Amino acid sequence: MGRYVVRRLLQMIPVFIGSTLLIFLMVNVMGDPIAGLCGDKQCDAATSAQLKKEFGLDKPVWQQYLTYMGHVFTGDFGTAFNGQKVTELMATSFPVTIRLTIVAILIEIVVGITLGVITGLKRGRPVDTSVLLLTLVVISIPTFVTGLLLQLLLGVEWGWIKPSVSTEAGFGELLVPGLVLASVSLAYVTRLTRTSIAENRRSDYVRTAVAKGLPRQRVIVRHLLRNSLIPVVTFIGTDIGALMGGAIVTERIFNIHGVGYQLYQGILRQNTQTVVGFVTVLVLVFLVANLLVDLLYAVLDPRIRYA
Amino acid sequence: MRGATHAKWAACAAAVALAGTACGGDSGSDSGSGSSDGGAALSSSWGDPQNPLEPANTNEVQGGKVLDMIFRSLKKYNPETGKAEDMLAEKIDTSDSQNFTITVKSGWTFSNGEKVTAKSFVDAWNYGASLKNNQKNAYFFGYIDGYDKTHPEDGSKQSADTLSGLKVTGAQTFTVKLNQKFSTFPDTLGYPAYAPLPQAFFNDHAAWLQKPVGNGPYTIDSYTKGSEMALKKWDGYPGPDKAQNGGVTLKVYTDNNTAYTDLLAGNLDLVDDVPAAQLKNAKNDLGDRYINTPAGIIQTLAFPFYDKRWNAPGMEKVRTGLSRAINRDQITETIFQKTRTPATDWTSPVLGKEGGFQDGLCGDACDYDPAAAKKLIQDGGGLPGGQIKITYNADTGSHKQWVDAVCNSINNALDNDKACVGNPVGTFADFRSQITAKKMSGPFRAGWQMDYPLIQNFLQPLYYTNASSNDGKWSNKDFDKLVNEANAETDTTKAVEKFQEAEKVVRDNMAAIPLWYQNGSAGYSERLSNVKLNPFSVPVYNEIKVG
Repeated sequence: MGRYVVRRLLQMIPVFIGSTLLIFLMVNVMGDPIAGLCGDKQCDAATSAQLKKEFGLDKPVWQQYLTYMGHVFTGDFGTAFNGQKVTELMATSFPVTIRLTIVAILIEIVVGITLGVITGLKRGRPVDTSVLLLTLVVISIPTFVTGLLLQLLLGVEWGWIKPSVSTEAGFGELLVPGLVLASVSLAYVTRLTRTSIAENRRSDYVRTAVAKGLPRQRVIVRHLLRNSLIPVVTFIGTDIGALMGGAIVTERIFNIHGVGYQLYQGILRQNTQTVVGFVTVLVLVFLVANLLVDLLYAVLDPRIRYA
Repeated sequence: MRGATHAKWAACAAAVALAGTACGGDSGSDSGSGSSDGGAALSSSWGDPQNPLEPANTNEVQGGKVLDMIFRSLKKYNPETGKAEDMLAEKIDTSDSQNFTITVKSGWTFSNGEKVTAKSFVDAWNYGASLKNNQKNAYFFGYIDGYDKTHPEDGSKQSADTLSGLKVTGAQTFTVKLNQKFSTFPDTLGYPAYAPLPQAFFNDHAAWLQKPVGNGPYTIDSYTKGSEMALKKWDGYPGPDKAQNGGVTLKVYTDNNTAYTDLLAGNLDLVDDVPAAQLKNAKNDLGDRYINTPAGIIQTLAFPFYDKRWNAPGMEKVRTGLSRAINRDQITETIFQKTRTPATDWTSPVLGKEGGFQDGLCGDACDYDPAAAKKLIQDGGGLPGGQIKITYNADTGSHKQWVDAVCNSINNALDNDKACVGNPVGTFADFRSQITAKKMSGPFRAGWQMDYPLIQNFLQPLYYTNASSNDGKWSNKDFDKLVNEANAETDTTKAVEKFQEAEKVVRDNMAAIPLWYQNGSAGYSERLSNVKLNPFSVPVYNEIKVG
């Protein structure tokens, strides 16, 4: 087990370097970021040269990358164009996005798995068909449509919620945005759980458990569900990373000042430091979440062992 | 019912306007106009300022909003007429349009209690002009003597830290020596870059940036970078234009659609940037609470004069032909719902007749006439390469829509489906860097938002040889000569006439195609009254009444 973890951690290093390098190059390809700082005017040559020197943009790209990575390892993610430290931006935006992700994941787990178990057990019945149809609808509607629609209905027409989220962004305010963010994944979780449950219902160990005379509740939760959750856990694990980075649309609609907002702003302003910094952290989150998922397999399925 | 509320609104505006003129002239005796002490605060939409909030470093509207509330300069532009009026300036004297003696009114303080003196201005301007401080508005001080030493053009090390043209001559007086004659210089002094700065700015810069301190009608109560700024009324404000409300909370919105939705839901009081997609609904949604007033913004199509094909003799005919092929009326009506007005000169209606705006100066050259357009383009030798590409940035505004419409109009006029196509660039920064690198091969979008309401500002920075915003690198001796003469002219009326003559040179060469004047639009909640936009399309916050 320990060896396995070490091997996985070592594997992360090339992935980490590769992804940051790619992002760094991509942001650089977009051109000279200083040009966008002076509005519709041209920055005077002296000032832009001075700014380039200050942000290290006058050096060759490979050298910029090396200096940047060197700084990252000492915890210095650089400075955004508006004079704020990128770490400061992270400190304000990550808690918000983490809260949003937690809300979304919880909704996925509770609602998704419950629906999945119900439909999996009642395969072919009216409940199953209607939930299947519903998930199909949710999957086919893009997030921004659900988001804008809910915002307009709940926020403006009925006045149940505020259309935008305040600066504090507490859990209560994030319920609706979380639901919007979770909606598509929720549908997938339901379908995955359903298929998995339906398949495993006919497996030997379930028949054995029933034959032993175990109560139905215990058969479903301890034997059937536990083994059926493996694909679902994989999905949710990878979804954590996707939700954190992919919340740009939802965060824009509900005016949430999280990671998506900072990334969007960073890309628009071609702020290499912000974009690379945030993506680096997201890459780390993604890698760690995947490792945790793999480790969870062993807990769920006793047949899986890591050496 | 609607008529009644409207009348009340107008009466209110009139009252404020009267009160404003009543106490506008003399220094800070303002006991009469305190009709409303204004306890309640309002909330307003905002965007994250792109640069640190220093006066000489803020060149966009979002940061400008804040500076407008927390700073007062020597001059202030009248929110309605756009005329530069004395604010902190007691008097500005000159005999030769090159040497100015400025007297600062006494009795003004910063909100931290420090007196505003001549030194507050001179220190601030020296800071702004010094290359090592990276101030993006540094070029505003370029007219002052000694600028080439504090801000060497080639970016080499500066040989002086202070401008030799600035001298403090007394507690409240200082002199300015310019490096050229510039008769309207005093009128430029309302621009935020010329604001005075307190000593705290220099002593503890980082702390000042966390919570800027100025001398305007509001003080910053709290500032959460990237999301919210709460400003409250400064009770000790000595100026005549005291805040009529308790304060303003600026909320950062990533998407102006969300801000608009928030306004409809009653979650926000003021939106000063109604999204293009909502313009159609705004009148229905808001009724009288939607305002749409001219702003000092003109949109043009500029040409790459560094490209031989566009600079050849006879090409002015092609450019004029293109101008005549654009149906401005139709585009402003269908795409912009009349929030833009077809341009008939190269300035802006907010200047007023006196200031140099001349309706129809463009004449025939801006009239839509497909037949004439076709002929002009043929006479001029046809489109370079048989096709033009209009380059624009696709990330903001509704540039794509209007560029496509302009191309459509040109294609129809020329009976050629491929005469004109749009050429989108992903981000504004990339668009700007391509322009700076002189990579344009055809016409490109050029927008100009005035810095100060002077005809000079609409011409010199854009069309003078090698001027700061002359993106097309147009150069014309006659134009340069007329501008120099206009700047040397001490009589304002004559100066304006000279500038208009220069503008005619721009027209005859069609250095840029004027498209339309842009309006500022805003919507507000039922709680507010007396909401106005100034010529810079920024809400006049201090005059808004709540409740």
